[in-house]
Amino acid sequence: MSQTNEHIVKSFDEELNTLKTTISLMGGLVESQLTDAMDAFRRRDAALAERCQQTDLETDQLETRISQLVIRLLALRQPMAGDLRTILVSLKIASDLERMGDNAKSIAKRAVTLNQLPEVSIVNGITRMAVLTQQLLAQMLDAYASADLERAMTVWGRDEEIDSMYTSIFRELLTYMMEDPRTITSCTHLLFIAKNVERFGDHITNIAESFYFQETGEHMIDDRPKGDASSTQIVHLDPED
Amino acid sequence: MQTQTDSGLSGQTRPDGNRRSKIIADRVDVFYGLSQALKSVSLNIEENQVTALIGPSGCGKSTFLRCMNRMNDVIEGCRVKGHISVDGEDIYAPAVDVVQLRARVGMVFQKPNPFPKTIYDNVAYGPRIHGLGQTKAELDEIVVGSLQRAGLWDEVKDRLDQPGTGISGGQQQRLCIARAIAVDPEIILMDEPCSALDPIATARIEELIDELRSNFTIVIVTHSMQQAARVSQRTAFFHLGDMIEFGETEQIFTNPRDSKTQDYITGRFG
Repeated sequence: MSQTNEHIVKSFDEELNTLKTTISLMGGLVESQLTDAMDAFRRRDAALAERCQQTDLETDQLETRISQLVIRLLALRQPMAGDLRTILVSLKIASDLERMGDNAKSIAKRAVTLNQLPEVSIVNGITRMAVLTQQLLAQMLDAYASADLERAMTVWGRDEEIDSMYTSIFRELLTYMMEDPRTITSCTHLLFIAKNVERFGDHITNIAESFYFQETGEHMIDDRPKGDASSTQIVHLDPED
Repeated sequence: MQTQTDSGLSGQTRPDGNRRSKIIADRVDVFYGLSQALKSVSLNIEENQVTALIGPSGCGKSTFLRCMNRMNDVIEGCRVKGHISVDGEDIYAPAVDVVQLRARVGMVFQKPNPFPKTIYDNVAYGPRIHGLGQTKAELDEIVVGSLQRAGLWDEVKDRLDQPGTGISGGQQQRLCIARAIAVDPEIILMDEPCSALDPIATARIEELIDELRSNFTIVIVTHSMQQAARVSQRTAFFHLGDMIEFGETEQIFTNPRDSKTQDYITGRFG
């Protein structure tokens, strides 16, 4: 059951709002980190990579700020029911966002390394996957800010697309490396970048699930459709080749 | 509705997974003159559990509590309709001896109200009236045992002959609990038992409530939702004479089903 009425104690509402705004602010930073990291990667732009890493410091600070707010609210307000769930879920979402920030930073670092290596054509597949991830993240953050559970559930169902894109990139990279071992260095970095983007998708679904709990008080039981089959992939070189 | 008086499973979970209902209230209406204080309240109080009644002032929770040992009888113009049974026996039946009923269903009030007698006599008062403890030795045993169960013995054992009104508020309240359990009731009703106490004395009473639960069925009215959350297994929320929601305490405080409950416990109206 979501909250509509205001608290009798106004400052409680203000603190809850601060918490939600801080989450949105943090979400915005993580979005920009992913954009910067992917642009740095696509355009081979070291400055953007640097900016992404700098932003990660702010992201981390906001996570600390959110834990402080949560501790304060728990200690001073003794929240119950929907308030309690909102506050605990903030902590979980902040932790997911923090991990996403780290994933973006990791992409940015590898982008700088890749700048020193010859270009590989598979970059486009990863970019497409990142564009979808960016969209889903933006939609998820909007759904959270506007308390729109239906929208959040739509986003939740779409992680499968990211997963299957990742599986095909995985296969493609394996094939590439087998065909030309000189690309192994680049391709390994690309594999990690793809994995980092794929992790973004997992954190987005975590946020959707936390948000579902916040709004309904129930944990999601439904198994999400999964598209990541990379852990079982084996690529054989065709003997005819 | 269950009617058996003793299933041999008191305090234990029954094979069907439910605890035995000690008190069953069925469509209880209470009127004070023309105004209706309770509207068709039905709920069952489970044996050896602490049931908390919460809700804003005037919601009917204390009225409901007082129905369970017919304390409302003494209020002029108060009428009770519907059925309330303890162990399957209708407590509003004409043949019921109200004094005996109140020995089975004891009560502890908001403000500690020891008699202006010695600590010993406060506890011995009920047993004497009800003819328990024929000899001095038996009476001593009841008094000592009750003070021990109320967690007060160590603090007062050297001054049993001093006035019950001369000890601290928290001790007085535990003395009242000792007095209530001295007649060996089955149910203890508590009407905001900690609202006049400091946090330490409150914690002692809450700890005591948890211990007493193994021997008694407890119903507590409290204005402190944290207290309801801490001491009870089941919670009923009352509002304007209606019982809005009743369920496991954990569910009520983490995921209430009714928006009125949600608004009340999160501090959105009161």
